Amino acid sequence: MHGLSTFEPKNGFVKWLEARLPILSFGYDSFVAYPTPKNLNYWWTFGAILSFMLIAQIVTGVVLTMHYTPEATMAFSSVEKIMRDVNWGWFLRYAHSNGASLFFFAVYVHMFRGIYYGSYKNPREVLWILGVIIFLLMMATGFMGYVLPWGQMSFWGATVITNLFSAIPLVGNDITTWLWGGYSIDNPTLNRFFALHYLLPFAIAAVVGLHVWALHVTGQNNPDGVEIQDIKKDCVPFTPHATMKDGLGITVFLLLYCWFIFYVPNYLGDADNYIPANPMKTPPHIVPEWYFLPYYAILRSIPDKLAGVIAMFAAIAVLAFLPWLDTSKVRSAKYRPLYKKLFWGFVLVGIGLGYCGAMPAAEPYVTASRILSLLYFGFFAALPFLPKFERTLPVPATIAEAVLAKSEPVKTAK
Amino acid sequence: MTFASSFTKIVGAATALAAVVALSNLAARAEEEQPNPTRQEWSFAGPFGTYDKAQLQRGFKIYKEVCSNCHELHIPIRTLGQPGGPELSVDEVKALAASYTVKDGPNAAGEMFDRPGRPSDYFPTPFPNPEAAAAALGNAPPDMSLLAKARKYERGFPAFVFDALPIPGGMYQELGPDYIYAILHGYEKDDDPNWNAYFPGHKIAMGKPLVEGQVDYPDGTPTTLDQYAKDVASFLYWAAEPTLDQRKSIGAKVMIFLLILSCLMYFTKRTIWSDVAH
Repeated sequence: MHGLSTFEPKNGFVKWLEARLPILSFGYDSFVAYPTPKNLNYWWTFGAILSFMLIAQIVTGVVLTMHYTPEATMAFSSVEKIMRDVNWGWFLRYAHSNGASLFFFAVYVHMFRGIYYGSYKNPREVLWILGVIIFLLMMATGFMGYVLPWGQMSFWGATVITNLFSAIPLVGNDITTWLWGGYSIDNPTLNRFFALHYLLPFAIAAVVGLHVWALHVTGQNNPDGVEIQDIKKDCVPFTPHATMKDGLGITVFLLLYCWFIFYVPNYLGDADNYIPANPMKTPPHIVPEWYFLPYYAILRSIPDKLAGVIAMFAAIAVLAFLPWLDTSKVRSAKYRPLYKKLFWGFVLVGIGLGYCGAMPAAEPYVTASRILSLLYFGFFAALPFLPKFERTLPVPATIAEAVLAKSEPVKTAK
Repeated sequence: MTFASSFTKIVGAATALAAVVALSNLAARAEEEQPNPTRQEWSFAGPFGTYDKAQLQRGFKIYKEVCSNCHELHIPIRTLGQPGGPELSVDEVKALAASYTVKDGPNAAGEMFDRPGRPSDYFPTPFPNPEAAAAALGNAPPDMSLLAKARKYERGFPAFVFDALPIPGGMYQELGPDYIYAILHGYEKDDDPNWNAYFPGHKIAMGKPLVEGQVDYPDGTPTTLDQYAKDVASFLYWAAEPTLDQRKSIGAKVMIFLLILSCLMYFTKRTIWSDVAH
C-alpha cells in the first residue's frame, strides 16, 4: 500500500536525517498517512491491543527480572519477596501473570477475526503464516514463563509437556534429557527456561515487525473482504482515524485487564502454584493454563502418546494451511452463509475442547474431547468442499459501496 | 545413554503417565464424596473489601497460641505492623519479635549464637526442617504463609464463570479462606479426631486443632469455634495476600480513571470520524 510518500521534510534537521536514514518518512507513511479501510469494525482494534500487550509484558517482565532469582531453591521465595517486599511488586507480578492471559485472549480474538473475515486469503498468506509463527512463539513463551515461579503446577506442567518429546521414536528420550539439561526437571531446566523466556519475547517483537511489514504491503483486509480500489473513497488516513479508534479499543481493553489485576488477580491461576515445587508429590490434577486447554484436550483424546502429540501439534500447524484449504473466492463470512455457520460451530468446538481440557481425564470428558477433536479437524477438512455447496451472497464492488449500503437506511429514516 | 537406561526411562514415563491418569480419576471420585465448603461473608471480599484489623489481631493470637506449635509461617515479623494488616504498633512488634529466640551467626569467633528476635526476622519455625516435623507428627504440616491462596475447591460450570465477573455474587476470590473455615468445622466424628468432612478422602493428618473457649479474646468477642475459624482464616488470607487493601484502593482509582478516559476517547473518536461515512 506504499504509494509515493507524501512526507515532506520542512525542518533542516529532518531533511538532513532523511537523506541519511529515512526513518521519519517511513514512520509517517506507516502510521500517519497509511490508508486504512473506512469500514473496519472494533474487531480490528485487537492488532493494536496486542502490540500494547506485548510491550506491557516486556516492560513488566524486565522489571520483574531485576528481582527474580532463577534458581530452583530460591525461585519460589524470590517471587514471594516480589509480592511482599518489592515496591509495587504485587502489581508487577499480577500485571505480568494476568497479562499473559489477556495477551492470549486478545490473540484468540484476533485469530478468530482473521478466520471469520477470510483475512488469510490471497494476497495475505505470508501475513497469516507470520501470525501463526507469532502464536507458536507466544505459546512457548507462556509455557516457559509459567514454569518460573517454581510452584507445584509449574513443575508438573513442565514435566507433562517436556515428557511429550519422549514420544518421538528413537531419539525421544535423548531429546527430553537434552531439554531438561539432566535426567529430571531441575535447576538446569529452570535456568534455560528463564533464559528462553527472556529471549523469546524479543523474537516475537521481531516477527511482529515482519507481520506489520507484510500488512503494510498488502493493506488491511476489512469486514466486506473487498480490496481497496480508490484510496480517496475507500480509506481514511491511519492518523487520526485509526489511531484514535485503536486508542479507544486499548482503553476499554485496559478496563478488563485492570479488573483482573486489581480485583480477581488469582482467578486465572491455579491454587496449586502457591505450593513450592515438590518432585516427590504429584498434584491430583495437572492442568495447564487456560489458553492451552483446547490443545491439551486434543492431546489427551488419543490413547496413543505419539499420536496424541502429533494431533496436538497438527491442530496448530493446520492453521498455517488455511489460505489453501479455504478455496472460496469470497473472503468475508458476511457473504458466506454456510461458512458463517461453520465458523460459529468451530468457535463452540474450541470452547468445548477448552472445557474438556480442564476436566479430569475420565468419562464423559474423554468421549466428548474425542468427538470435539474430530470436529476441530473436520472444520479444516470441510473447507475445500464448501464452495461446491455454498451459494454466496452478492459482494459489494468497493468498500465505498459497502459503506454507502450500510449508512443509506439511516439517512432515509432521518 | 545405554539401552537399559532408555528402557527404564520409557517404562518410567509410561507409569508416570498412567499414575497421573489414575490419580486424576481417583481425585475426581474423591471430590464427589466430600461436600463443597459454603461461601462465607468476609470483610475483605468484594471490590471495596478491606481487612478488619481487630479480626486479624484475633486471628494472629490463634496462630500464635495454637497453629504455630506445628505450622511454619514464613513471613517477616515486621509485616504485622504494616498498614492494611493487624497493624500492631512499633513497640508491640518489637516486643513480639524480642519474645522469640533466633539463631544467628557465625560471630567473630566463628560460633553460632542465640539472640532475641528483631522485627526484620521471620517467624521462627516450630521444627528445624520438614523431615523433623514429619518424624514428630507423621506428616510435615504445610507452611501457612500462602495456605489461604494455595487451597481451593472445584466450583463447576457455570459458577466458575460468574466468579470472575463484577456482578452481585461474583468476584469470588475467597475460596481458600472458605476451605480453611470448612476444614475447621469438618471434625464431625467424636471417635475419630482425624476424620474431616471437607478434606479430600476424609482422612486428615491434623487432629481437631481448635475447640470452643481454647483461646482467650481480651476484646470480649465470643470464643466460639465459628468465630475462631473466621478469625484464623482471615488472618491467613492476610498472611498470603498482605497487599490486598492497597491493591483494591488503587484499583478503584485506576478503574475510575479508565472509565473517564474511555468516555473522553469515545467522544474524541466520534468527533474525528463524524465527517466519514463508515
